[in-house]
Amino acid sequence: MKLHLFALSVVFTSLGDAPATATPAPASNLIAQDHRKWDDGTRIDLAWDLSADDETLVAAYRISKALARFGDFQVPLKFELVEIVKAGTGEYTVADLARKIRLENIKTKYADIVDIESLEATNQKTFPVAYVFQIVAVGRDGATSAAATTPPITPTMEWFDGGRFWFLIIVVIFCGAVIFFIQLARGGRPLKVRKIAGLEAIDEAVGRATEMGRSCLYIPGILDMNDIQTIAGINILARVAKTAASYDAKLEVPTSRSLVMATARETVQGAFLAAGHPDAYRKDLIYYVTDEQFGYVAYVQGMMVREKPAACFYMGAFFAESLILAETGNSIGAIQVAGTAMPAQLPFFVAACDYTLIGEEFFAASAYLSGSAEELGSLKGQDVGKIIVGLGIIIGVIMLSAASVILDGSPGSPFGTALLNAVEYLKQVILT
Amino acid sequence: MKRLIPLWITAIAGIVLIASYFVPYAQGLGELTSIWFDILAGFAFILGGGNLLKVHLKKVSDKAAGWGYSVILLASFLITLFVGLGKIGVHPSPDYPDNSWSGVYNEVGSPFWWLYEYAFKPLTATMFAMLAFYIASASFRAFRAKNVEAVLLLGTAFIILLGRTFAGVWLTSWLPESLSGLKIENLSVYIMQVFNTAGSRAIIIGIALGIASTSLKVILGVDRSYLGSARSEP
Repeated sequence: MKLHLFALSVVFTSLGDAPATATPAPASNLIAQDHRKWDDGTRIDLAWDLSADDETLVAAYRISKALARFGDFQVPLKFELVEIVKAGTGEYTVADLARKIRLENIKTKYADIVDIESLEATNQKTFPVAYVFQIVAVGRDGATSAAATTPPITPTMEWFDGGRFWFLIIVVIFCGAVIFFIQLARGGRPLKVRKIAGLEAIDEAVGRATEMGRSCLYIPGILDMNDIQTIAGINILARVAKTAASYDAKLEVPTSRSLVMATARETVQGAFLAAGHPDAYRKDLIYYVTDEQFGYVAYVQGMMVREKPAACFYMGAFFAESLILAETGNSIGAIQVAGTAMPAQLPFFVAACDYTLIGEEFFAASAYLSGSAEELGSLKGQDVGKIIVGLGIIIGVIMLSAASVILDGSPGSPFGTALLNAVEYLKQVILT
Repeated sequence: MKRLIPLWITAIAGIVLIASYFVPYAQGLGELTSIWFDILAGFAFILGGGNLLKVHLKKVSDKAAGWGYSVILLASFLITLFVGLGKIGVHPSPDYPDNSWSGVYNEVGSPFWWLYEYAFKPLTATMFAMLAFYIASASFRAFRAKNVEAVLLLGTAFIILLGRTFAGVWLTSWLPESLSGLKIENLSVYIMQVFNTAGSRAIIIGIALGIASTSLKVILGVDRSYLGSARSEP
């Protein structure tokens, strides 16, 4: 019993001696200024002097933001966490801020904290947004310092988004290469393009359908005309339609978008005209079904089973319907040629179709089929893009491997660290 | 002129969208271009609906093969359109209680909602469910060991499929820790992370370059076959 009482007294005594929670000193001189580099008006740079206890008590700094004003109208401050940064960090860039806000958005999101009638009375449709930022030092035991707060600040938008500088350089080099090779081709320089089996098979497929007295079915994907895959699909349709016109084959094009229907009609009509058979063009064979993915699939599948087209072409953007269509085509014994830039659907087409245009082949099809020198020139320009990508991969792999070997042998080596930083710059700045 | 105007519209819209990506002040113009497309697509709905009616009315009138399906389609289309546009059975919005047409067209319990929940959704789900059977039939063909490539494909698929099941984990659980890399679940992850990722990245890079090149050709008017032009056709 005595032993237990002694133990209890030790526990209580030690509890009484425990040090009180240590509150770290706050960060000071918190400054908020517009992002140093050119940006689209969504970033603010914060800088602060570290807490006096940075090396002893502070574990991290908690950065928060709050809306301060819409134009001249004050907003009650309500801080929300932006980020928690490690001790020793003295600067941070807050991203994803708004420079302006529309009145409708204020009404929707902030009607409870702002006097909407006053805002409406100004007859302004948008209001500049000002933010205040706050930083709090957080101790290792969770205690927090007093907050340092900035005055309100609004981000400024520059005429160029500097974060996209490297991307612009890559775009200029790539587009320059494409235009250069197009000009070269226009000058009469012969260009060689490898054979693409899937495109060679188009004439064979249409010819077979003609011999069998059955129709050709062309599906230009299920997305609208603002998708580049649909445009590429329509470009290939021009060639298929021209071949069908020459062979006097029936070409049916059910579409899942009305704009695609209108464009496909123009394209097919032009192709029939170019083939010298304008009278054979039947616009009622190019028609709209539905925008609904599986409704469209149900129609096309039923039509395939009933009419048994001898050649099926799937050229465009596809999703889950790819395999349903291609397997139905396979079951009716049609020659099938597919092309898409949807990586997830490519295995399905490869498994179920006779020929598949994989990714870039699909986009190269128009140039390949037309044989036009300037279009073939653009394919050569694409090769420059591949060389850039290849070089980037090789340089990155060599630098990262070298950095890894050097830093393994002598940790902290300046050269190894520099290589590692260069790889990070390549990944985070140039390629992001 | 019929081709020149669309070419100019395409070129201007393309350049504006590219500029809006780099120049923050042009972002509004980029959004405006997208809104114009949405407006055009909205009008195209009328074109599409009209075409649908025309095609299927003609099928019914000609008593063409499968005209019965066209009757069902027309009836479904018109009923849904009537119920949705007319907001049949929808209660007025609390903000405008005197206006009987102010409610939400897809209000829970309304006929339109009922059509969507009990007719449209089950039909869509049925179509989607058929995919499972097609995957089985396509896999059966794709995995036939006809040549070396097909055997490799079959072997890889076997490892991946087994690696995603408990049976696969159990089969190689006896392997010692020093050989844990050979356990089916680890092999499966390795194949997916190394070989599969490398292959799909190569395809994606090719696709990205193809998209950029095709977009440039369309903007510059080099490729105009989508306009029905004979120029890019031999």
